[in-house]
Amino acid sequence: MMDAISPVLEVEDLCVSYGKVEALHHANIKVGAGQIVTVIGPNGAGKTTMLSAVMGLLPRSQGRIRFNGTDVGDAEVGVMVGYGVTLVPESRALFAEMSVEDNLLLGAFNRYRAGNRDQEQTKDEVFGIFPRLKERRNQYAGTLSGGERQMLALARALMAKPKVLMLDEPSLGLAPLIVREIFRVISSLKDTGVGILLVEQNARAALQVADYAYVLETGEIALEGLSKRLIDDPKVVESYLGLGGKQ
Amino acid sequence: MDLQIALLLGQDGITNGAIYALLSLALVLVFAVTRVIFIPQGEFVAFGALTLASFQAGKTPGTLWLLIGAGVAVALIDLSVALRAGHVRRIPRIVAWNLVYPAAAAALIFLVKPNEMPLLAQIVLSLALVVPLGPLTYRLAYQPLAEASVLVLLIVSVAVHLALVGLGLLFFGAEGSRTPAFSDGSIVIGSLTVTGQTLWVLGASLMLIVVLAVFFERTIYGKALRATAMNRTGARLMGISTVMAGKLSFLLASLIGAFSGILIAPITTIYYDTGFLIGLKGFVGAIVGALSSYPLAAAGALLVGLLESYSSFWASAFKEVIVFTLIIPVLVWLSLTTRHVEEEE
Ligand SMILES: Nc1ncnc2c1ncn2[C@@H]1O[C@H](COP(=O)(O)OP(=O)(O)OP(=O)(O)O)[C@@H](O)[C@H]1O
Ligand SMILES: [Mg+2]
Repeated sequence: MMDAISPVLEVEDLCVSYGKVEALHHANIKVGAGQIVTVIGPNGAGKTTMLSAVMGLLPRSQGRIRFNGTDVGDAEVGVMVGYGVTLVPESRALFAEMSVEDNLLLGAFNRYRAGNRDQEQTKDEVFGIFPRLKERRNQYAGTLSGGERQMLALARALMAKPKVLMLDEPSLGLAPLIVREIFRVISSLKDTGVGILLVEQNARAALQVADYAYVLETGEIALEGLSKRLIDDPKVVESYLGLGGKQ
Repeated sequence: MDLQIALLLGQDGITNGAIYALLSLALVLVFAVTRVIFIPQGEFVAFGALTLASFQAGKTPGTLWLLIGAGVAVALIDLSVALRAGHVRRIPRIVAWNLVYPAAAAALIFLVKPNEMPLLAQIVLSLALVVPLGPLTYRLAYQPLAEASVLVLLIVSVAVHLALVGLGLLFFGAEGSRTPAFSDGSIVIGSLTVTGQTLWVLGASLMLIVVLAVFFERTIYGKALRATAMNRTGARLMGISTVMAGKLSFLLASLIGAFSGILIAPITTIYYDTGFLIGLKGFVGAIVGALSSYPLAAAGALLVGLLESYSSFWASAFKEVIVFTLIIPVLVWLSLTTRHVEEEE
């Protein structure tokens, strides 16, 4: 099904441990260019752990990460950023005492260091997607509202012109209207060819924008399939899309 | 005390305070970026001053040997790391900075006669020897422990400080040195005579502060350093390497230290261990700024300078005591007002 597109990111047999406790067991995930792949699952399932390990923030105890078919070995964050993999973490990790504009500029730091000088143009494109950020370009990131902060986190990630964009719960703590806005932007990114790995608790919204989905439960992939199929799967409906899943 | 003396003491205080302010900025920077309390800051002050004095005395400063030795050590470590990881492309850079640069500096020093060169050239040469020791120190002593606690890093700082003081004694001997003033002459304002060197210190400190402000506010590397201080994980996710940020902050700190030493060498006699006390006064300023606010740190450092100057008149025996006692009310105030910040998010 998804083998038609050659994947930009392949996670093979990935295991991650905190000390002796294994938080992720033998996970296999593929993300194709221009594709949105979502990982849903309850609290503590290991979603954040997986993204951190792929990004190289956490050591990988077993398994491989391939980027465009090449094994990245034990590459840590800096190297992964160099490949074009960008993570918007659950905490957003904004630079609170810097302006919106400076946050965006630093989003392009790695490209700048590699010799690209198209930051102004990229910034205009990003402002085109998030006009609200343009209005607040001189405001400190720390003083933005929750929704604006999430927009800034996403916008800053786009400044890196990523090939793989990993989003950890972009809807966390946001009002429904903003959630819709964020998901609209995420699904519009598909056309740019970026591969998106979307981790969400808001399973309904995630399944609606995604092409393919994985269900992660206690560190293991319990279920996977096309999103439009999972959205009708009785097990998924019961655990994630019932009343509990909506919230 | 009449007005004349008060003004004179004020001038002294502000001159020293400007130096402490520079050092306090460096301490805040290094702590914010790397969580290292940079006790060896003072040794860079002494090394800067004494390297310049050695050149002027027609001697080869020991800091050259330190630069070569540290360069070789770093090159060996970095080359073995690069080879093991198969990063062949990194080799030319490692060799260039750690082996070729010190060798070139040595060749230059043996070819030209530094004691016959103009003062400006001697200063540049001194900075060229001492400033790279900052990033080299970071690589050897701190980078392997980047994830360690503040306390462990503090202990490392004490060790580095002791090692550098020992090396200072070995390189420069126990006698102090004083270099000639940058320019003779002075200005008379009313009843106050301001010496040329005072103006140099104030002007140069101010200039350096402005340059630093522009670097932090206007350049992407300056912003990257601030970003690392604000959110290390966030910065890493942007591709700002913690190691790069650490080396850059140490480079700025050693530049500020060595430059300060060169500025005050004509005013105070500098011994191999003088740097520690000077650095400690910068540290009191940095504490006033809670190790996080640059303007408060600079203001605190100026206050230290003035306090020191006036107390040397009123109670010279207790000069140091009075200055360091300043830290107590500040710490009480800080512990009452600051909320506890997590060490890592
Ligand atoms: N630094 C850590 N040390 C020890 N255990 C950890 C650490 N971080 C996470 N864990 C554990 O690993 C498991 C997976 O955590 P993770 O944060 O990946 O879950 P998650 O799926 O992202 O949950 P949520 O939806 O709540 O964000 C949890 O049991 C958690 O307690
Ligand atoms: Mg999580």
